[in-house]
Amino acid sequence: MSDHTYEESKGIARKTIIILGIVTIIEVLIALVGKGYLIPGVEFYESYIGNFPIGRALMYLAMISLSIYKAILVIFEFMHMKYEVKGLMRSVLVPTALLIWAIIAFFMEGDYWRNSRNFISDKDNQQVETSIRPVGGPIKVEEPSGDDHGGH
Amino acid sequence: MSAETAHGHAVMESDEKLWSGGKSPFKSSYGKLMMWYFLLSDAFTFAGFLIAYGTLRFSMNTWPVPDFVFSSFPFLQGTNYPLLFVSLMTFILLASSFTMIRAVQEGKEENKSGVVKWMIYTIIGGAMFLGCQAWEWTTLIATEHMTVSTNPFGTHTASGVYLDDEHGHAYAAGAEAETFKEGETYLIHKADGEWLKRRFRYTDGPNEGTVARQDFGPKAFGALFFFITGFHGFHVLSGVLFLIIIAINVASGLYVKRRNGYEMVEKIGLYWHFVDLVWVFVFLVFYLL
Repeated sequence: MSDHTYEESKGIARKTIIILGIVTIIEVLIALVGKGYLIPGVEFYESYIGNFPIGRALMYLAMISLSIYKAILVIFEFMHMKYEVKGLMRSVLVPTALLIWAIIAFFMEGDYWRNSRNFISDKDNQQVETSIRPVGGPIKVEEPSGDDHGGH
Repeated sequence: MSAETAHGHAVMESDEKLWSGGKSPFKSSYGKLMMWYFLLSDAFTFAGFLIAYGTLRFSMNTWPVPDFVFSSFPFLQGTNYPLLFVSLMTFILLASSFTMIRAVQEGKEENKSGVVKWMIYTIIGGAMFLGCQAWEWTTLIATEHMTVSTNPFGTHTASGVYLDDEHGHAYAAGAEAETFKEGETYLIHKADGEWLKRRFRYTDGPNEGTVARQDFGPKAFGALFFFITGFHGFHVLSGVLFLIIIAINVASGLYVKRRNGYEMVEKIGLYWHFVDLVWVFVFLVFYLL
């Protein structure tokens, strides 16, 4: 349990909520300024280094890190995890590490689905070369050269 | 630990002694510990939902841009307020988390009227959040016609120019037509039960010059949005109901008799902060990214 006096706890709660509010504002500002909504002429979302969307990647990284920071603040200060016994903390927090693999595995799978979908739609839209055969001319069927296909 | 160090020190020396029974190794009550494990399992449920969202989003070439989808604000005309309303919802939930922790602190002080006061503030915060969510859902369903299986928010894959105006009529000769850029999200309007899919001509990309029509966006978007925010809203709703029950119990003096520093308030506090914690990630995944 916490060693803090009533007044100290009140101060910590107030400080934590202010930090959480500020971090949220920063997150929203990153999203809006980054996409060019707030300051005309300023946007990072569409900046690339080669083919790599560096602006987008940095924005996402910043917003994800800030969200994780917010989550840690809520768990440790608001939910008082900081003042619990180490064993209790580990038994609750360590299992969430499994999610790291879940995220990697599923997102890779999602990416694979997209590639498959695009591959199939490319094949569907492929124009078949029709100019070899004169229009209306007889259809010349290639006879198989060997007997390996059988049936003749 | 300060008061019991002399006594507790010997216990901490060997793990075998710590777990041999008769004492509480986690120095926590059964109820609080089980609340933690419930929240852990609930976190996995939410993580499963959000990972499903990410997987489906990764599997699509385009995805509705959140700043376009969530850009309405009550009593304000038009849709020029990206993220403003959800930011307000986030602040309401954060504020209610603060009032909740104040209620827990008053409980530690055995100050009954203080606990009731701050719990009522928390209930109001939760109810306000639910009201905001109801408004957001109503706008999406009634005005923008998004359902679990229909997603009228599509996204352009290349730049182009519209051939029809918003009402589906072809532009008159000489009229200035509306242009759009790659990656821009549009909303297909619905009038008299008909979807008005505007025609446009691509001005770049592999299909340059061809005429196409607006089409629905990824179908999963609506289902994911309504199920995930709905599941979170359901947590807020049950949280508010439990807060009301516990606030009544506090006011009736039930927990004074238990003499455990209003532990029940602490437990519902854990749950309430967890709801806020989940919102941090729902906000990130649905609205920011």
